[in-house]
Amino acid sequence: MPDNDQMRSYPGARPPDRTGHIMSSGLRLALNEWGAPDAPIIAMVHGGFDFSRTFDVFAPMIAEAGWRVVAWDARGHGDSDHAQLYSWGADVRDHMAAITTLSDEPIVLLGHSKGGGQLLDLLDARPGLARAFINLDGMPSQFSAPDINDRERRRMRRADVAAALDRRRRRNELTRRPDTIEGLAGRRAPMNPRLTREWLEYLVTVGARHDAEGWRWKIDPLLHLGGFGPWRPQWSMDHLAALDLPFLGVLSGVQDDPMGWKSRRGDIEPFLPPGGQLEFYDDIGHFLHIEKPRFIADLVLEFLGRLP
Amino acid sequence: MTRRTEFLANGTMRLALHTLADSSGASDDSTHPLLLLHGLGEQSPASRPAWTDAWPGAVLALDFTGHGESDVPLGGGYMPETLMADVDAVIAEHGPVTIVGRGLGAWIALLISGARTASVRGVVLADGSGLFGGGPHPPSPYVTVLGPGDGRTPDPYALIELSRDVRPPDYALDYLRFALEESELETPVVVAARIRPDWLVAIAADVSVAEAPLVEAIGSFINPQLASR
Repeated sequence: MPDNDQMRSYPGARPPDRTGHIMSSGLRLALNEWGAPDAPIIAMVHGGFDFSRTFDVFAPMIAEAGWRVVAWDARGHGDSDHAQLYSWGADVRDHMAAITTLSDEPIVLLGHSKGGGQLLDLLDARPGLARAFINLDGMPSQFSAPDINDRERRRMRRADVAAALDRRRRRNELTRRPDTIEGLAGRRAPMNPRLTREWLEYLVTVGARHDAEGWRWKIDPLLHLGGFGPWRPQWSMDHLAALDLPFLGVLSGVQDDPMGWKSRRGDIEPFLPPGGQLEFYDDIGHFLHIEKPRFIADLVLEFLGRLP
Repeated sequence: MTRRTEFLANGTMRLALHTLADSSGASDDSTHPLLLLHGLGEQSPASRPAWTDAWPGAVLALDFTGHGESDVPLGGGYMPETLMADVDAVIAEHGPVTIVGRGLGAWIALLISGARTASVRGVVLADGSGLFGGGPHPPSPYVTVLGPGDGRTPDPYALIELSRDVRPPDYALDYLRFALEESELETPVVVAARIRPDWLVAIAADVSVAEAPLVEAIGSFINPQLASR
């Protein structure tokens, strides 16, 4: 364990009230909970390269309003097992394993970014799992880079594939690079340029592991941003259109946030399920619930308050 | 000869690679191995298929992850792109290969021909199980959770996931372009399959791709015509 002087606090951040795990086809997924155990459940699914402790400020706000907030780490992330294989579909299946372990009844689901996109897939296949769905900037509309010609775009993707193969060849040698708390926070900052250094340093102390050489992120070093394989934003939009339950979508309009999905209101509105609510904020970045936790929590609680 | 098996490291798992025939002798470039990739749910043949008889080099056959004698991962997560890494492990160990892929193996062969162009000296795309995948668009949504497996192959998750992966024709053409732009061969992709899912229709229609029966297709890579650049 690190010394106390190596830990960090952050205003409003609260460790989970309970920790545990669920099993998904033999893989152990770490589980964190805030709020009364007998309160109605809202499950929160984090985004790519995040982990459930990134809800340390937002989740307590929801819990204090009378909800049992449950969040788990995706395979290879946080304290969950590293897997031999990773895929979008496997994550979706892990979410289903977690949700069905938590409850036999429909629960409220909230997903951020990739987590929101994966819940769109899951709920199209298994609508009975949820009584309502909140999607925080996890609604893709386009990934095009119109300033890159086709030939160059192919080369970029080819380089991505070659890099992924190289990484798998070296898989048994890969480790996360050790650093100080400040150093690790600084390396994450380009992914989260709108979040404070104080928050990022706090994240290190709950999302990294300390050993003799320093701090290392827990995420499987095999994982990388982006992934590859055929994928079209329209496929996710079809899932959104197929939803038939209370829905709140929240979009970040900040176009230069590197992790953002950059969808505009007009991209998403045609696919909203009947009665669905869509909010768009051009002054909040992709990590809406971290950048403006009180504001987003109030928005979510207002939506939850209208549920039958 | 009796099939000989070696195991290649694949992260924490093992891949079974079988030698069905040794090289016939000459040590020139034409003696690089012929690598056979099986279809979905299948495994490598127990002995050298007759249609490889003309090949002068060694004949190898790989059991994909979750198939044959290869290990089964916990919790699935199969993608064709990760099976491509299985083939890459063979290339890392044995160097350049010519590939004959059946069904799923044909799709993987096309991908690896574009991703490791310098090490893949031609691919033959043949009929077999798993040629279609999930089609050019996502199939009907379906999610299921199985219990932890017993390690037996084929892994049910492999059968589920690799029969549902989306294979858009333009995605296939991207990999063909990768291969055509960098391959030292004039015709690095030959289609022997008679069944044509959308992605294979697009590949076969490309002016740079040849079509031939299986034996003839393999023969085209024994002394191949080199690309003029």
